[in-house]
Amino acid sequence: MLTYVIRRLLMAIPTLIFISLIIFLLLDLAPGDPTSQLPLTIPDEVRQQIRESLGLGQPVHIRYWKWLTQMVYYEPAYYLSQATGWFDPPEVARMLSWQTRAPVMDIILERLPQTLRVVGLAYVVGVLIALPIGIISAYRQYSVFDQAGTFVSMIGYSIPPFFSGVLMIVIFSVGMPRDSFWWFPSVYDTTLKVVDWETFWKQVRQMVLPVMVLALQTTAQISRFMRASMLDNLGQDYVRTARAKGLTESVVVMKHVLRNSMIPVVTVIALGVPAIFGGAIITEQIFKVNGIGQFLIISIQASDVPSVQTLTFIFAVLIVLFNLIADVLYGILDPRIRYD
Amino acid sequence: MPDPGQTVLEVRNLKTVFQTRGGEVHAVNDVSFELRPGELLGVVGESGSGKSVTMMSLLKLLPIPPAEIRSGTVKFDGKDLLRVDADTLRAVRGGKIGFVFQDPMTSLNPVFTVGMQLMEPLRKHMGLSKSAARTRARELLELVGIPDAARRLKDYPHQFSGGMRQRVMIAIALACDPKVLIADEPTTALDVTIQAQIIELMKELQERLGMAVIWITHDLGVIAGIADRVLVMYGGQIVEQAPVRELFANPRHPYTAALLKTVPSVRGARADRLTIIEGQPPILNAAPAACPFRDRCERRIERCARENPAREPVGPGHDAACFVAAAEVESAHV
Repeated sequence: MLTYVIRRLLMAIPTLIFISLIIFLLLDLAPGDPTSQLPLTIPDEVRQQIRESLGLGQPVHIRYWKWLTQMVYYEPAYYLSQATGWFDPPEVARMLSWQTRAPVMDIILERLPQTLRVVGLAYVVGVLIALPIGIISAYRQYSVFDQAGTFVSMIGYSIPPFFSGVLMIVIFSVGMPRDSFWWFPSVYDTTLKVVDWETFWKQVRQMVLPVMVLALQTTAQISRFMRASMLDNLGQDYVRTARAKGLTESVVVMKHVLRNSMIPVVTVIALGVPAIFGGAIITEQIFKVNGIGQFLIISIQASDVPSVQTLTFIFAVLIVLFNLIADVLYGILDPRIRYD
Repeated sequence: MPDPGQTVLEVRNLKTVFQTRGGEVHAVNDVSFELRPGELLGVVGESGSGKSVTMMSLLKLLPIPPAEIRSGTVKFDGKDLLRVDADTLRAVRGGKIGFVFQDPMTSLNPVFTVGMQLMEPLRKHMGLSKSAARTRARELLELVGIPDAARRLKDYPHQFSGGMRQRVMIAIALACDPKVLIADEPTTALDVTIQAQIIELMKELQERLGMAVIWITHDLGVIAGIADRVLVMYGGQIVEQAPVRELFANPRHPYTAALLKTVPSVRGARADRLTIIEGQPPILNAAPAACPFRDRCERRIERCARENPAREPVGPGHDAACFVAAAEVESAHV
């Protein structure tokens, strides 16, 4: 197993270098100008100087090399030196966002907690709701519960968050009286600091709507997976054997069947984790959560190439990493799969 | 030798029906039989004759729905297994009645070790501690002839061959010293040499442990070699019942006779074609009101289409559900 993981990690290096090249070249080909948001009164020569000061005058391979070394070496070295103080920070300028002139990594780290709190919590909530729904739906196939679960999944699949989000706002922020328990804020207040129970409760309440919108989607997908996987296994011969041994239904279902059914579902859950870090572009926008998704959108709009490149590359790293994690989990859960 | 007076298991008028999209299928119709202590009862019949469904109905191992056990009694240990509560039934399953299934490749749970699957019934029914259960599990694997048992307990099913897996299944079925072992085509999925080993093993274990065995098969050769008494099933009914020698020497029901003719002989001239029974077994959409075999029967009479024959004695310990056979016996007596 360990050699397998090391081999996979080594193989990930050329993969990621290739991905970084593609990302860089595609964004280089993309139209857009970092000075396009500046006032129209700025003359063209000045614009040209601004572009050159951003490094755009250099040939493509130099720019790619600078970005790559910055991202995989200088920025990590900077954070390591900040955190441990073992060595001086590298004497290279930080990678700056063209839009805000702040270091890209700092912006990402600043916004990551909001995203993890809202999108991550929604994922956890979604999975925790989905698993029991999937199990019960499969065990009581075609029952009222199963039909209801199927219906909710359909809704979760087919209604996009830009609709369900607005619908939630209409119902819970506009429709409910301001002093009712069922009123929830439609705007996520990032400046809120949790210091006591009151602010904690406020934090919980402002997370309710975005979490609900996102969890609906996760629940819809994972519960369908769980149900299908349980159904696959409930009809297997080993289930009959387990019953013939005199085991109780709860042991048969929650131990014998569930353990087998979780194998594909765990993989799906693990593969969904990188998407959390990617943020929920639309939902964050609707509820004004200033997370990673929103950062990506405003960076794209401003042709802020370093930010877009870096975010996209981080997603790529996470996807490669969680693919590996999914494979390792698969090997742990299923004894028939051995990687050595 | 089995004691004819006593019974360990007594099945009366068992009826099992499946609800399907195409309507009801009457898989088991009014089946009655008994099992005596220490005997090996063979159950033969072609695919779809209701052999497996009958035996699974005894312990309610069928998925309900679509299956429905409509009537009957299954007397075991002074109780009716079809009417006891779930806890009592579970205590019988795997405790007093062991089950071995057809396909050893899929009957074991792939994600748990063989040891864990073997220890489960031991801990549940016999209340053994973990270490005691492990010791007993090792003994059981040794009993069914698996070498290096202590180490093999930690292995997963996919690390065993088909024959070895079936040995594990037998060990699981025997774990709690059952009074009855039901083996549902335990050798069908295995190749011939392994088949012989498993049959040998089962026979030896039965003699050593003294339990009664119900052996379901469609292989008459196997039955001839091991059974004490045979039930022949057709169309969800028992059509003939006899001690094994009597049945092979003197088959009374036309179906049994036809079935015996289909067995190719290794002696004599080589036949050009194998003997077959023409036609298909019936699909029973309703409880049979006539003899289910009549369409394929060479000796049918007009009465066969009107009434479903009941089993009548046709010899010592021998009965058959056939008007023609019963008439023959009667005329022989006169």
